[in-house]
Amino acid sequence: MLRDLTVTVPRGQVVGLLGPSGSGKTTLMRCVVGVQRVAAGGVTVLGRPAGSRALRSRIGYVTQAASVYDDLTVRENLRYFRGVLGAPAGDVDRVLEQTGLAGQAGQVVHSLSGGQRNRVSLAAALLGEPELLVLDEPTVGLDPVLRFELWSLFHELAESGVSLFVSSHVMDEATRCDRLLLMRDGEIIADDTPQGLLHATGAPDAEAAFLEIIRSKEAGR
Amino acid sequence: MSFRRTFVTAGRVLTQIRHDPRTIALLVVVPSLLIGLLAWIFTDTRVFDSIGPAMIALFPFIVMFLVTSITTLRERRTGTLERLLAMPLGKGDFIVGYALAFGLLGLVQTAVAVSYAVWVCGLDIDGSMWLLFAVAVVDALLGTALGLFASAFARTEFQVVQFLPALIFPQILLGGIFVPRDQMPDVLHTIGDWLPLSHAIDALTAVAQGTHDDAWVWTRIGFIGAWVVGAIVVGAVTLRRRSA
Repeated sequence: MLRDLTVTVPRGQVVGLLGPSGSGKTTLMRCVVGVQRVAAGGVTVLGRPAGSRALRSRIGYVTQAASVYDDLTVRENLRYFRGVLGAPAGDVDRVLEQTGLAGQAGQVVHSLSGGQRNRVSLAAALLGEPELLVLDEPTVGLDPVLRFELWSLFHELAESGVSLFVSSHVMDEATRCDRLLLMRDGEIIADDTPQGLLHATGAPDAEAAFLEIIRSKEAGR
Repeated sequence: MSFRRTFVTAGRVLTQIRHDPRTIALLVVVPSLLIGLLAWIFTDTRVFDSIGPAMIALFPFIVMFLVTSITTLRERRTGTLERLLAMPLGKGDFIVGYALAFGLLGLVQTAVAVSYAVWVCGLDIDGSMWLLFAVAVVDALLGTALGLFASAFARTEFQVVQFLPALIFPQILLGGIFVPRDQMPDVLHTIGDWLPLSHAIDALTAVAQGTHDDAWVWTRIGFIGAWVVGAIVVGAVTLRRRSA
């Protein structure tokens, strides 16, 4: 259940959506992409109803599990999604380069490691240069080096004008975002910059800040 | 619907199958082996000539049903369908793309099965060979279309396999292979007359034995085609862009 929330993802910024599992992060992201059945109310993204035809080539979406074809090679996967999007032919090589998969292009996806598979999924979302990227826990299960590389890529994309909406339950990724949303039980309980959040709560890190906000909310009830 | 998206989808499905040579071998060889077995069982009798054509109707139908329902279900479960529906892919592009790819596969399978039945097992075909292929292909498409339809109502692989006895077996039983339809109780006769597989069996038998003219056979093909279109439309309608 999500109740009456507005999420702002400014152009060219990385907005992190943090919260414990089960707090509604995936549901919120699916709403934005327009694949979530909405019981009541409407969702508006980039000025249009979520999921509308015009939006579908402007938003890139990466689900939590790598949603690519296991029995195709990396390049065959990307070529297919490129064809569906109608993106230019050079796009496949561009996203292979961006995600560091150029060396694995000819490999069948099921022979790749979990981290590489997630990057194939991300590469597919980068096809067609979407304005908004919705990434559901893209760094889960990755080693620290790969995580660092992916976050560098996210910031590069943001600098080129892409807006990113990234969820995570790893609190230490919070400091890498331009803006943070803390979510709990389907509600956004904080919406601030990482510095602002630490400043307001006086907490030393995001995890402590999260706890502090919950504590003050419960005390206020 | 877009031609480009439909064709890239069909191409992608065929590429997936190309990566799986064992499936291709099974698809192509198994129907012929079974037809061969049947011919062997009925050596020195006239039985094979009367049920052989019906067998050609059964294999592409059953195999295409299974392959299609399982691959589409897999697509739902791995999240690729969700990704595609979040992209500008139309539901029709998806379903017709699948139908095209598996229809083509059905054509190859049927070509091998028919050739084997005629030239190796000595099945007599009095009518036109082309017409026989036309019926077999629309029959394979029927399996594909019903498979797409079934996958919409299954959440797991276990469930989708149960649709084989639920949707397919009654059509085989009422199709007139075991007992001619006009010897069945009236109710069953009527139901059998409306099921698509009955018409495929009738048409193939008619072509093989040369008992009816081409127009009669084309009417059967049209009837099966209507079922194919109906199942594809229902399949596309049940394909939800939004899910819970």
